[in-house]
Amino acid sequence: MIEFRAVHKRFANGTTAVHDLTLSMPAGGITVLVGSSGCGKTTTLRMINRMVEPTSGTIHVDGRDICSQDAALLRRSIGYVIQQSGLFPHRTVLDNIATVPLLLGWGRRKARTRAAELLETVGLAHDAGKRYPHQLSGGQQQRVGVARALAADPPVLLMDEPFGAVDPVVRTQLQDELLRLQKELDKTIVFVTHDIAEAIRLGDRIAVFRTGGRLVQCATPAELLARPADPFVADFLGAERGLMLLSLIPLGDLPRRPVPEGGRWELVLGPGRRPKGWRDRSAGDGDGALLPVRPLRDGDSLLSALNESVGSPCGLVVRVDTEGALTGVTSREEVHDRAGTAHASAARAASAPPEPAPRAGDHPPVADPAPASAPGTTGGAP
Amino acid sequence: MGELLMDLGAWLTSGDQWSGVDGIANRLGEHLEYSLIATVIAAAIALPTGLLIGHTGRGAFLAINLSSFGRALPTVGLIVLVFLASGLSMTPVYVSLVALAVPSIVTNTYAGMRAVDPETRDAARGQGMRAHQVLLRVEIPLALPLIMTGLRLALVQVVATATIAAYVSFGGLGRYVFDGLAQRDLVQVLGGAVLVAAVALVLDLALAALQRALFVNRPA
Ligand SMILES: Nc1ncnc2c1ncn2[C@@H]1O[C@H](COP(=O)(O)OP(=O)(O)OP(=O)(O)O)[C@@H](O)[C@H]1O
Ligand SMILES: [Mg+2]
Repeated sequence: MIEFRAVHKRFANGTTAVHDLTLSMPAGGITVLVGSSGCGKTTTLRMINRMVEPTSGTIHVDGRDICSQDAALLRRSIGYVIQQSGLFPHRTVLDNIATVPLLLGWGRRKARTRAAELLETVGLAHDAGKRYPHQLSGGQQQRVGVARALAADPPVLLMDEPFGAVDPVVRTQLQDELLRLQKELDKTIVFVTHDIAEAIRLGDRIAVFRTGGRLVQCATPAELLARPADPFVADFLGAERGLMLLSLIPLGDLPRRPVPEGGRWELVLGPGRRPKGWRDRSAGDGDGALLPVRPLRDGDSLLSALNESVGSPCGLVVRVDTEGALTGVTSREEVHDRAGTAHASAARAASAPPEPAPRAGDHPPVADPAPASAPGTTGGAP
Repeated sequence: MGELLMDLGAWLTSGDQWSGVDGIANRLGEHLEYSLIATVIAAAIALPTGLLIGHTGRGAFLAINLSSFGRALPTVGLIVLVFLASGLSMTPVYVSLVALAVPSIVTNTYAGMRAVDPETRDAARGQGMRAHQVLLRVEIPLALPLIMTGLRLALVQVVATATIAAYVSFGGLGRYVFDGLAQRDLVQVLGGAVLVAAVALVLDLALAALQRALFVNRPA
């Protein structure tokens, strides 16, 4: 648990980067800091490992005032990942990862063994360890950055736009892996990003800042999307706010129906009852005429279903089980209806009294029949 | 002209010319000794200075202007001055050579330290390195290619200039130049000059090759 109490940061040049911030970041969760450029996200993050000293106020990590600890020792106990990875260009990947263990005096052998282990954890090949950072792609460098931060198994991880400089495909991969890692490791993560979609995907809680270092709202993704605290937050969330909310809601219990017999479109199945594509019966036969289908699993979001229903030639969303075998189809109308009720219930849930919030990635239904609700906002603009 | 080159060739290759106190082998040894001592003294002064300025960022104007100051410094003038002040000894020679070498080393060391990406320095601190660990484990290793360039430049300049030791009656390859001038022996003057140039060139190339070999893993 990380607690900011009335923290204020004014730089020597007079810039107020963080204004009277009171915020608690729960242990074992991902708190995402978002906001436009220059609103104090990085400064907030860097105060946690004392790379920036607050002008006033206190910060506690796991109940201890960080200012009562030696700054270097504190930093070794907190993982820190930065945007351009900040790897040491003169050290091999393995030695980069071993940095903190070596500082902690683990000894070369143990530190290297641990580093090699982490290569695997972050999905890098074993022989990447012998290479130098500039010999890796941007995405691989970020993985090394994450491995370095995890090396001494710190309970807290600070990540400052760690995936900001990689292409969207790699970014999605890295986000997936961070979520997977987080499930295993259960760290307290503070994650800074510009990208609201990234915040929604990763965050258990999202703190929105506005220029001048003021926290405007801190809430779960669903709550934030359903009930932005003010026009600034709504504006920041953007025009696709409604669609993003759907991305949090799993397809789950939306009814499945058998594939309709007859009609113009026929669903072609491959081995193992895996859907291969739609065939247009009116256009003669042959596999070459198949229109692509992207079958969805129950854990996929309502947003994907909406997307698929728009793209499907006959308006049917094809559903499969975890093996990829056909389980049924759902119509465009049913998806639309569910999307509508989901919005309504998310808005209700967000205004309901606090209850334990579900983890978005685990896809408990946010929609009826069991509306999930979020804890009330802490902090916020005065 | 052709004749002169023939004579020069004969001078350089004759066995007699290589042996004895006034032989090339001995003079070469003296020359290298003066040069190395001067460079080592210069490094002992200039490296900490450059590192300190680079690490703290304070006194940068000194590091930057020292090199033009060094270039403008009249070495022979300096040697005469120190010679007049301290009398006949190697001191004026070393003072002049060190003064010549210090600016290249300070400037390049400083440049190397400044070239360290601030993000990298910041990352080092962020991982929990203390100031001296940042210096020893990150800044110096990263600045090392430029530091070595500074040392190489200094050594080459010193080798080329160490002829002045002979000007105040000491040894080294400068002996041939000054003795040749006194005896109006053009071949000997040329021989000395060619040897000095060759030594400087060989050292420069060898050290450059060493640098390339050492830093083969660095990004371009
Ligand atoms: N060392 C510093 N000295 C003076 N002002 C600073 C310093 N660091 C940051 N600032 C200022 O403080 C404000 C907040 O900066 P900060 O880096 O925290 O913003 P940010 O939200 O991380 O922005 P970005 O999204 O662009 O990374 C900005 O106005 C910035 O110019
Ligand atoms: Mg920032």
